[in-house]
Formats: sequence, C-alpha cells, structure tokens
Amino acid sequence: MTLAVTPTRRTLHLPTAPASLFPFNRGSLLSASDLSLEEIGRLLARATALEDQDPLTRERILAKRRVALLFYESSTRTRTSFELAAKALGADTTLVSSLSSSIEKGETLKDTGLTLRALGAEAIILRHNSSGAPWLLEAETRLPVLNAGDGMHEHPTQALLDLRTLLAHLRPGVEALTAETLAGITVTIVGDILHSRVARSNMQLLPRLGARILVCGPKELLPEVAAQAGPGITIERNFEAALRQSQAVMMLRIQAERLAGLQLDLEQYKANYQLTGQRLATQAPEAIVLHPGPIIRGLEVTAGVADGPQSVILEQVKNGVAVRMAVVERALGAGSKQGGRA
Amino acid sequence: MTALVIRGGHLIDPAAGVDGLKDILLKDGRVAEIAGPGKLKLANGAEVLDATGLTVAPGLVDIHVHLREPGQGYKETIATGTAAAAAGGFTSVAAMPNTRPVNDSAEITRWMQSPERGASIRVFPIAAATRGSKGETLNDYAALKSAGAVAVTDDGLPILKDNIMRETLVAAARVGLSVIQHAEDTRLTQGASMNAGPMAFKLGLRGMPTEAESGLVERDIRLVTELRDNRVHLHVAHTSTAAALAAVRQARRSGLRVTCEVAPHHFLLTEEHVGCYNTNAKMNPPLRSAADRDTMVEAILDGVVDAIATDHAPHAIHEKEVEFEHAPNGITGLETALGLSLRWLHKEWKLPMGRVLSLLSAQPAALLGLKGRGTLAVGSFADVVVFDPKAEWTFNARETKSKSRNTPFDGWTMQGKVRWTISEGRVAYSSPS
Repeated sequence: MTLAVTPTRRTLHLPTAPASLFPFNRGSLLSASDLSLEEIGRLLARATALEDQDPLTRERILAKRRVALLFYESSTRTRTSFELAAKALGADTTLVSSLSSSIEKGETLKDTGLTLRALGAEAIILRHNSSGAPWLLEAETRLPVLNAGDGMHEHPTQALLDLRTLLAHLRPGVEALTAETLAGITVTIVGDILHSRVARSNMQLLPRLGARILVCGPKELLPEVAAQAGPGITIERNFEAALRQSQAVMMLRIQAERLAGLQLDLEQYKANYQLTGQRLATQAPEAIVLHPGPIIRGLEVTAGVADGPQSVILEQVKNGVAVRMAVVERALGAGSKQGGRA
Repeated sequence: MTALVIRGGHLIDPAAGVDGLKDILLKDGRVAEIAGPGKLKLANGAEVLDATGLTVAPGLVDIHVHLREPGQGYKETIATGTAAAAAGGFTSVAAMPNTRPVNDSAEITRWMQSPERGASIRVFPIAAATRGSKGETLNDYAALKSAGAVAVTDDGLPILKDNIMRETLVAAARVGLSVIQHAEDTRLTQGASMNAGPMAFKLGLRGMPTEAESGLVERDIRLVTELRDNRVHLHVAHTSTAAALAAVRQARRSGLRVTCEVAPHHFLLTEEHVGCYNTNAKMNPPLRSAADRDTMVEAILDGVVDAIATDHAPHAIHEKEVEFEHAPNGITGLETALGLSLRWLHKEWKLPMGRVLSLLSAQPAALLGLKGRGTLAVGSFADVVVFDPKAEWTFNARETKSKSRNTPFDGWTMQGKVRWTISEGRVAYSSPS
C-alpha cells in the first residue's frame, strides 16, 4: 500500500477586512443585521404599546420633529406606512421623490441628503433602486437613516413586520426573543429570490430566531449561491415538497423591472410555483400565507389564495404601521426610556 | 550635466546579479561607474547622496497606470501622476490609452511624452489596439511604435472578437509590440459591479463571474497557439483569478510567450473588503474570493507572475461618493506598491528582497522591452530608487501626490520608505527628512 503525499500548502497570514463602522448613527436601521434580538424584542414591544396608545397622547411623542421620506422608486405600502407611522407620532413629514425634485436634474444622493439635513430633517427614510444607497446617505449625512428598501439588497422594516405577523400566528404571547423562539418553524420563501430585498432581509433575520428557511424557485431567479447567504437556509426547488414542510409561506412578485433582459416562461413558472388553492389545501392546509406586495394576482398567487382564510397579507400591512412607528421613534431617540421630547 | 554620487548604500540589482555595498556614479543621465565603498574617484562638483543604511535599487517600473491625460485632468495629470509615481519609487510608467480621446494616434502618443506635460519621470505610452478602443478596426502599429508606443491594448475594455484579436496579435508581432489584454468577457459582466459569489448575493449586487476573465485568457492563448509565431507576445493585464493564472502557467509550459501581471490589491484583498459598499474597493477586475487571492500570492512566490503592476486608476472624490453600482472602477496605487510588496511579499511571506524588486523593475522592463531600464548596470539609464528597507510607516491618502485619493490602503502599514527617486540622473523625489 502506498500513502499518497499531498503537497503541504504554505499557511499564509493575510490581511483581513476591517470591521464595519456602520451604522454611524444609533438611530439608523440600514440592515436587519444592525439589530440584536434584544433590540428587536424591544421594538416589537414598542410597536404594540404605540398601537394601543391613545392617538392624542401618541402624537406628542415626536411633535414637530422633522422626518424626510426620500423615495427613488415608486411605492404604495412602504411609503404610506412610514408616513402614517411618523404622523401618528406627531412628526412633520415631507416627501421627496425622484420625479418632481432636483434628483431629476442630476443632483447626487449626497447633495440631496445634505440639502434635506440643512432644511431641518432629523431622520431620512430612504427607498432607493441601488443596493447600498442607505449606507452612502448615512455616511454623508450622519443622520439616522431608515432603509425602506435598497435595490436588491434589504428591506429591514419589512422583515420586522413579517416577524411580528409570524409571531402573532405561530408564537402568540411570546415576549422575549431568543435564538430558539422560532425553533421548529419552517418558512418557505418562493419566487424571485435573486432580485428580492424582502427575501434577503428575512433570510438574515428569521434564522437568528431559530427558524429554518427554505427558498424555492427556478434557477434563473434563485441561484445556488443563495444557500450560502447565511446559516439556516436551504434550497428546495420542488414547491410541493417545500409546502409540506412549512408553517408559513412567503410569496414574492417577479420583479420585471430588475430582470435585466432575462427571459422567463411565465406559463411554466405558474405551473411550477404559483400558489393555488389546490396546492395550499393539499400540501399546507395549516400554513399562513404572506406576501410583501405588490401582488400580481393570477401570477404568483391566485386571487382565491390572496383573499382566502390562510392569507395574512392585510395583517402584514397593518403590522407595518405599528413596526414603523417603533422604528421611527427609535430613529429620533424618543424611545420609552427618554419619554419623548414633548 | 552635473554628476551625482550615491555613496554607502546597499545596492540590489537583480538583473545584474549585484547584492552588496557599492558606491554609484551617475553622469549624463546614465550609470557611469559602480565601485566598492569609497573606491570611486570623485569628480569635482559632484553632488553626493549619503545612502548609508539604505537600499539602492533600479528605479521601479509600472507597466499599468492611468494618467488620465489627455482629457480628464480633474482626476490626474501626467505631472501629478508621475509625481505620485516618483514618490512611490517609480522611474518609468507605461500609460494606458483609455484617455479622452482614446490614445489611438501617433499625435496623442507624442503629446503625452512632450516635456510640456511636466512629467517628473519617464512616461511610456501604450497605444490603443483598435480605433477608439472599439474593438473593430486595427490602428497603425508601425506609426504608433515610431511615435514611442511600447505596446498596444484596449485596456478598460477587452479585444473581444476572435478575428480582431488574432489580427491584433499578428500585426503587433510584425512591428515588435506586445499585446496587452484586459481579459473580461463583457457579455458576462453586464451591469455587474463586484465579483460573483456569496458576497455579491448578500449585498444585492450583480456579480462578474471568474469565467469572464479566464474564458478570455483561454481564448487568447488558443489564438497564440494557433499562430505558431514566436514573435507574438500576449500579456495578461491585472490577472485576478486562479483559473486565468492556471491558463497562463500552462501556456508558459508549452513554451508560448504569454506573460501576466498582478496588482497589489489582487494579492492582498478579497471581495470581503467591499464591506458596506466601499467604492474604494471597487475596481475591474474586481476583488475576488479568498481562494483566488491566495492563488495570486502563491503564483508570485513560485515565479509564474512576471510583474507587479498597480493599475493606478485615479478618480475624483465626487465620482466615488455615489451609489456603489454607479461608482467608476479603479483605485490609485503608485505610492503604496513598494510599501505593500515589502510589507507582505518580503517581510510576511519571505520572498527575497531581490525578487520583490525584480517584479517591480527588471521583469516588467524586460517584458515591454524597455532598454536600459530596470537595471543599474554601467551604461543603463540613471533611474534609481533609494529607500530605507527597515522603516515602517503609515500611508495617509490625504498626503498623496496624486490628484485623487481613491485607495483602500489609507491607514495601512507600509514597509520601506523611499528616500530619493532619481530619474535619468535628476532627483525626481526626495522625502521630507
């Protein structure tokens, strides 16, 4: 018997990447990973407290504080939700959108941010079509920046509202969050994972509470590399098999605006990945159905499922306002401990 | 011209096989005499530089820099770029043609070398391989060569079409010029802004697959093989992937004239350094995986890599203070190449000093046929760098001589401090002492 000798490779000491300086501002929420489980627990508790609070008392919390909404992409849910949340706390909000502003004339994100700061904005809620834009805005303005969705990257408040929805149904009454809170729970995220910031934020957040994530979709929309996005993430391309294991299923829209020339056979897609009443009834009759919106009825979900008893889609929308009240309050440093400025 | 004597230094000239205490006499822009310590007969009025305790070596040669002139003087000028080069110990730089307009003419090639540009060291223009670097029509290589061009490339862009690349290799070989390829199959990198892989997925950025580089290198080597002409020289610019390096290694074993360079950022950094969308970690080719980076180090240590070249690519601050995917590619590198190479290749990974210096001078000079450069043999150009090999210092991007400061190495520890850089007998840089 001969023993093969493998050549020994030199062990090289190599420079490592520096630790992140972000977020610069303690009120910022750039990524779901900015928040510890303890902070998330606190935010969810504040969301409930603020939701239950008398509206007239509540609107003194951030009375006359200035919050800017800076939107480079169209949005219904997120924009309205943030705006209602800030206003419910009494803040003055102003909306700047890429159309109908100097952005159209070529002003950079840095200059727009500095202008808003000079106009008195104390926090900026940013929706942007480029991944990473909130980091740039925060570095340049040092204001609290709330990421309301950046390109294909993250949408942390969506992950928080999804978590609130999941907990309400699957772990009712739970208070402190731990690495075990969602142990035993499988959440399947279905569809256009590649282009989805909602998927990335949830893939970041939910495994930290012990949930198992199955991601499901065709290769074009779900590359193999997605499995390396973090711990607790598995690719399951068979939709039925994924459904059978799931207590919650999160459907995503195909982001036509980000396909970049990719050709998809939609009939084939629907045949494999559309959530129909029949699929749901046979494979996951107990699971709750989430969707971050906007929904394209008849594509990723049928109307029957969207409006059906397992759907919690409108609850998600409602939870969005509560969670964003807590996040905006935190941004302006007016948490319960300080008791607000008013 | 007055004479200059460098006295008491430790001369390391890998090309001439010299490694010891020597005094050097520079006269009329050339190396006039080399002698043991105190053995030189000093001419009257010769200026003397005391290099006691310092290393004296051939001035460094960077065969891949972007000096941005003509056309983009707000990023860099030939004057500021060569001042940065001199501060980094370089005495020769080869300037890439992706200027505005593209350097595809004898006229621009001459303009870049005119004394009016105020260069503090020697600039060797590399001309565009094709008209406007559009990859369609070959330029007049004979005319470009007689105007001073030392190679052809469409750097910044690849020569993508098979037939155009084949014609380029043939036409360049005919006049004795090297072809430098920016190996990127741009059909695979549309809209991408970093290396493809888990990090790009996590950051929500479109990725450039390693095959975009290695595929084109393999295609080029196939063309060189088919041409069966030993005058053909293919040089692979800024090699960044293990697969491309394997292809170069194989080509070399087959006896082909295929060479490659590696930039300091590709042997030191990985895609992890993109961190939170640091635009000073954005360049093309992008920072790759740790496995690719480790391969670059191994290939430098085992001798497959022919040269260290910086790909010095200055950009104005406002151009880099934008969304990651909109930021231009490139980082500066002229003032950090020697310090990083000595700190890591020599001190950390024990590559002998002579080999480090050879990768930064003799080898790149030979690769582009720069006669009389990269060595201090008597009769060579009086291009010298004198540095303190033991000195550790911290690079501060704010103190750069370049017009731009887009570097990921701000605040890094460097080893080896340049004391003097001498270009053709004149002191081009002298450190504040």
